[in-house]
Amino acid sequence: MDLNLTPEQDLIIGMVRRFVREEILPLEQYLDPDADELEEDDRQRLTAKTREMGLYGLDIPPEYGGPDIDLVTRTLLAVEMSQHRAGLYAPCYGTFGGAGLAQLFEATEQQKEQYLYPTLRGEKRGFFGLSEPSGGSDPARAIQTKAVRDGDDWVINGGKLWISGADKADFGLVFARTDTDQGRNGVTCFIVDTDQPGFHVRRIVHTLRSAHYATELQFEDLRVSNDNILGQLNKGFAIANDRLTRQRIPYAAGCIGVAIKAQEMALEYVPQRETFGAPLSTRQSIQWMLVDNDIDIRQALWITLEAASKAQQGESFRKEAAMAKLVATEAGGRVVDRCMQMFGGLGVAKDLPFERWYREMRIRRIGEGPSEVQRHVIARELLGASLR
Amino acid sequence: MGLRLTKPWLSNEQALAKVRGQMGVYQLADADGEVIFMSYAGGRSLGGLRGEIARSLTEQAGACQVRYEITTSYLSRYKELLMLHQAEHGVLPTHDPKVRLGRLSPAGGANGS
Repeated sequence: MDLNLTPEQDLIIGMVRRFVREEILPLEQYLDPDADELEEDDRQRLTAKTREMGLYGLDIPPEYGGPDIDLVTRTLLAVEMSQHRAGLYAPCYGTFGGAGLAQLFEATEQQKEQYLYPTLRGEKRGFFGLSEPSGGSDPARAIQTKAVRDGDDWVINGGKLWISGADKADFGLVFARTDTDQGRNGVTCFIVDTDQPGFHVRRIVHTLRSAHYATELQFEDLRVSNDNILGQLNKGFAIANDRLTRQRIPYAAGCIGVAIKAQEMALEYVPQRETFGAPLSTRQSIQWMLVDNDIDIRQALWITLEAASKAQQGESFRKEAAMAKLVATEAGGRVVDRCMQMFGGLGVAKDLPFERWYREMRIRRIGEGPSEVQRHVIARELLGASLR
Repeated sequence: MGLRLTKPWLSNEQALAKVRGQMGVYQLADADGEVIFMSYAGGRSLGGLRGEIARSLTEQAGACQVRYEITTSYLSRYKELLMLHQAEHGVLPTHDPKVRLGRLSPAGGANGS
């Protein structure tokens, strides 16, 4: 087993690392410490740069115009892209683009024309509407939003909670119950247009994050064409489940990137900072924190790369993805917490990024399935049929 | 925290005497109570709300009332208040033009709570 980077990986990772240090970090000197957006001219300038680098739209399949980069390398790049103040939830402020809603790659040609291609061209935005006030980790049971057939249309009533980007979206993927007796086999994914009567963004949900927020949605007799079913009727759960599993790998990678940056800052700081006549770096308590950080980071990185490798090879990676999400989010929280401790008062001030990472990292243990759900997924994989 | 900013309106002088250096959002209104300006005091604001309000009052002619809300979620709250104003009035008050906004449709229509 060769754990070394290939020359190509080394080259690409170096490009992204320089981009973060030379383009993103200087801008953050002037942005609000909680900002998650660049000013428009900066965004356009840097997006043009990532296109020149051939790294725009990393998660877009090559047949749709994305660069042909494997998932392990993309995971390593996600680790690099998150190594700045806003990096956890806005890696490089979106200047590397994204796949938008990857589920649309499986859409019908008509749906692709209407939603996927405009999204890839940057003309439309979409949102992913799964979680409801009744829960998000167990969508098969929690989904209460209902869709009822009416001629060639479906009429949707209900609501969603914790939905990112719905207030700025042109369309969204909304999961609704189409058969009340079938549990996970009674959920369908609809593509809904946000300008339709009956689509409402009721409020912003304020959280520990200041800039990036979630929304609460309400659907009142929202009419959707039968042609806007994504995939098959009553097979929406598989779409949701696939998305949840895949999302765990970049989610983990972002936490690792922030942890690496926090540790780098601590390693630079502790030899300089003196207490009682000696540098902090000479104190065993500080050394042990740095050692524990290093171990946390390495464990999280290798587990996450293993998940990416399995996914890349087309193997089942459900257990590994859950483990990566669990380990990286918890390790990331511990690393940032220790680094804050080493920086003392400076660690909690908005002058440095630790306080933002601390708040945002706490969300990571809940978002995309909390730690307990990841353990549940892993236990089911380990114990298999004996649990059922 | 409700959807709307429901803190009492204060005269400019009252506000400057009361407000301190926390982070938060604020609105300035004219004599008729029409909101003419909205902004926030964030992590880089000199003097927090007090500094930002004092500066805005020198720049916004016609402002004679102030209300503010202390919050660490100043960016999302600022955007929410702007979107709410847009939904209720169809136009935006003066604000940072670089802020990209979505749209809200509050429950009960424009006057709902």
